[in-house]
Amino acid sequence: MRDNVLEVRDLRVEIPLPHSTVRAVNGASFTVSRGEALGLVGESGCGKSMTLRAILGLLPSPARIVGGEILFDGRDLTRVSPGELRDVRGRRISMIFQEPMTALNPVMRVGEQIAEAPRIHLGYDRQSAHERAIELLRLVGIPDPERRAGAYPHEFSGGMRQRVMIAIALSCEPDLILCDEPTTALDVTIQDQILKLLLDLREELGVSVVFVTHDLAVVAETCRSLAVMYAGQILETGEVRQVFREPRHPYTLGLMRAVPDFELVQSSLDSIPGTPPDLASLPPGCPFHPRCSFVEDDCVSGEFPLLPLADGRATACVHHDTCARAAREDPVVVDRESGG
Amino acid sequence: MSAVETTAPAAGAERARGFRNRWYRTPSFVAGLAIIGTLVVLGLLAPTIAPYNPIEQDLKSILKPPSQEHWLGTDQVGRDVLSRLIYAIRVDLKIGLLAVLFPFCIGTFLGCLAGYYGRWLDTVVMRLVDVVVAFPFLVLIIALVFVIGPGPRGIYIAITMVGWVSYARIVRGEILVAKRQEYVLAAQAAGFSDARIIARHILPNVITQAVVFAMSDIVLVIVAIVTLGYLGLGVQPPTADWGSMMAQGQDFITTRWEISTIPGLAVVLTGLGLSLIGDGLADLLRPE
Amino acid sequence: MAEALLQASGLHMHFPVGGSLFDRLGGREREVLRAVDGVDLEIRRGEALGLVGESGCGKSTLGRCIVGLYRPTAGEVRFEGELLPEKRGRAQRRRMQMVFQDPYSSLNPRMTVRQTLEELLRVHEIVSRSKVEERCRELLALVGLGNQFLDAYPRQFSGGQRQRVSIARALALEPDLLVADEPVSALDVSVQATVLRLLEELRQELGLTLLLIAHNMAVVRHVCDCVAVMYLGRIVETAPTEKLFSDPRHPYTQGLLRAVPRIVPGRTSATRGVAGDPPSPIRVPGGCRFHPRCSLAQEVCHEEDPNLETGPRVSEHAAACHFAWTETPKAHTPEVENPEGGT
Repeated sequence: MRDNVLEVRDLRVEIPLPHSTVRAVNGASFTVSRGEALGLVGESGCGKSMTLRAILGLLPSPARIVGGEILFDGRDLTRVSPGELRDVRGRRISMIFQEPMTALNPVMRVGEQIAEAPRIHLGYDRQSAHERAIELLRLVGIPDPERRAGAYPHEFSGGMRQRVMIAIALSCEPDLILCDEPTTALDVTIQDQILKLLLDLREELGVSVVFVTHDLAVVAETCRSLAVMYAGQILETGEVRQVFREPRHPYTLGLMRAVPDFELVQSSLDSIPGTPPDLASLPPGCPFHPRCSFVEDDCVSGEFPLLPLADGRATACVHHDTCARAAREDPVVVDRESGG
Repeated sequence: MSAVETTAPAAGAERARGFRNRWYRTPSFVAGLAIIGTLVVLGLLAPTIAPYNPIEQDLKSILKPPSQEHWLGTDQVGRDVLSRLIYAIRVDLKIGLLAVLFPFCIGTFLGCLAGYYGRWLDTVVMRLVDVVVAFPFLVLIIALVFVIGPGPRGIYIAITMVGWVSYARIVRGEILVAKRQEYVLAAQAAGFSDARIIARHILPNVITQAVVFAMSDIVLVIVAIVTLGYLGLGVQPPTADWGSMMAQGQDFITTRWEISTIPGLAVVLTGLGLSLIGDGLADLLRPE
Repeated sequence: MAEALLQASGLHMHFPVGGSLFDRLGGREREVLRAVDGVDLEIRRGEALGLVGESGCGKSTLGRCIVGLYRPTAGEVRFEGELLPEKRGRAQRRRMQMVFQDPYSSLNPRMTVRQTLEELLRVHEIVSRSKVEERCRELLALVGLGNQFLDAYPRQFSGGQRQRVSIARALALEPDLLVADEPVSALDVSVQATVLRLLEELRQELGLTLLLIAHNMAVVRHVCDCVAVMYLGRIVETAPTEKLFSDPRHPYTQGLLRAVPRIVPGRTSATRGVAGDPPSPIRVPGGCRFHPRCSLAQEVCHEEDPNLETGPRVSEHAAACHFAWTETPKAHTPEVENPEGGT
């Protein structure tokens, strides 16, 4: 039994609005093993950011958790006191945001921002915290760290700021880092540098990561397992290579066929017909069924939790065999190692 | 050929159905409209409903308290206070409206030019704005009316000369943002004339701020007119207007308090109604 | 070979940056942002040219100069051989139209689709009055939208639908050249394919010439016949698509292609794309503008700015590097394999 650093079970987040209630997260379940990187993949509005925020208790009001459990280190984070949660935040679980421009305090020196968490959470004195900050800046690849620690965020480029954010996230040696689309706003070559940095750091420090993104290729390059999210639910989980070789959910298959990949040169791109559902009025049954090409009568009603499959995979589709067969007949990904 | 999309565009919430369908559901707008609407109706019907001629003096019954014949009593020259109050609606609302319309038009026009074309045009207009804004609003108006001469004509000119700046600033600011929107670029790429782009594409998206401001501006203007009237520089006697009524009645505040106070309440009520309309409009005119 | 539909020569687009009136009076030089800094580009009739580069490279600015939204600081643009004046006439503007990136600001929120289309048709007198309604429907059908969209407002549409309306708007004037500036970047991943397919179909059906500005290499590989890579205001390499991806000759192109993430990762964490940060277009490095980040930079690269030159036997493939056509394959290892057909 692998050691799980984080286990999310049937998480539910609602946003009560004057005329409706938006079910932003609608029964999401996934686990992150110690030292592993999990990619949480989905398009905009699927609830992935909300999930991350829920883990840290940082939901924007009026959103709130209305069900489920978030098990971290033996405790359910949905039920701990605010004081305990604050101890966890930044110290055991830290977060990296999408926009490096706005996630750093513009009027505080970079070194101070990195030093803040160790001083508060670990009781470092000023001098040691400063040294730690310099050490971290070096670790994340910022040249001339002693001098740069005294600089302000606006003196750094986008990629550099993202590195600073990573330094802040690492400052207390957390067990888990949550990344909310950290490279989406970056240029390709800068994204490449940051992804490489994250890979190196993970190898060196053994920290677990949840990587939220909409980019399947990024997940393929950085994560070992993935969870595919849609309309507030997790539809499929498993090891990245397995899932891409043989997707067992029509949404995953649809995504792979719709996204132009750099190397695969799909002969024709097929978008998924229709649009994602309104989270305030979800259709009954499987949330994906209105757009699904494998839909059957039993898809339109009932609940569809994740069904465990062999090899540690899981899917929410009861017709996953049909889907897998279709994927095999017209494969998107050819596994080079096995020769296809 | 890709499949023709037959699903209807999302209706969205009620907001999507626009002004026409929503206005009666916005409480502030309805309340404001009710107040101002009532005042307007009363003003229009003044000849029919006012019991007396507002300027007819009756020196035999001066300063009479409220009675069956004079619901609000009479003033110091025997004129019926109620009739004057009702007729004053016409004067004050009309002047208020016109005295906002002129600055609105001129300010919007100059703001458009400054915002869209920028550079020296912008500099000239903005420096002009700076000069006007350096003076306190009421002081400037009073000084101007004093020079031009009291009465409605003086009021219109003075308020226009001073009031245009707010509209110019608002409109210019909005246009600076709007002209970077891609639909404006698309219109330029399509070879539309500047005039068409400004009038047809930018202005409708930008004018709402100015309109909402205009609502509160009417209130300010009415206060200005009332102040001028109080100082004897506004509407000249014997025409009834709330300002001069308040001014003339202050001598009798201990005995016949109604003469000063009721017109004052009328001003407050008008201000309230306009503010509510302004709030409601701000809500309704937002395009999303 | 098809004739050139559009030619840009020596295009420069410089924007003055900051500096107050007093600075200028005091004689201090204003800084200049060189968004486009000497571009020669040719687009042939019927082809789809992809213009790629990262943020700040000037591709959007170049697109807007071509379409006539900006007046270039220097250089000229020729359409069908004719020089286009600084202030273009309506008839000239009709020949090229643009589709913009942001679906949320590219349509006037206060005009229905019908009003937007009708205005274009009327002002340019594309069809007679009686035919306007019919033409509007045809345009919508062309982009795969039904008639019920005619009287709706943009806020009622999804991002993908809005982009399609934008395309319909661009097509209303029946242009020869369509400049699409990142048309799918702001759309959800599953919807991008629809718009991309639409562009491809329109190209075939209408014989449209397409200039696709994008930062996503995968999209470009799918849609375009040839590609031009831009860096810091200059075109550093141009080639037919497959040639560019299989045999890139400029170090920046090579790095860029290595940096793109793929679903089937071939990289190890040791591979790297391009080091360093993109420099500012206000302070353009001397010599070859890429030399500060280039792992192969030599003495000459610090001093001389290389021109875009074709290779010895390849007239279609040009690169702006002193060593593009001279060095051994070791320095220019193609990192991208040719795609295998099918299994």
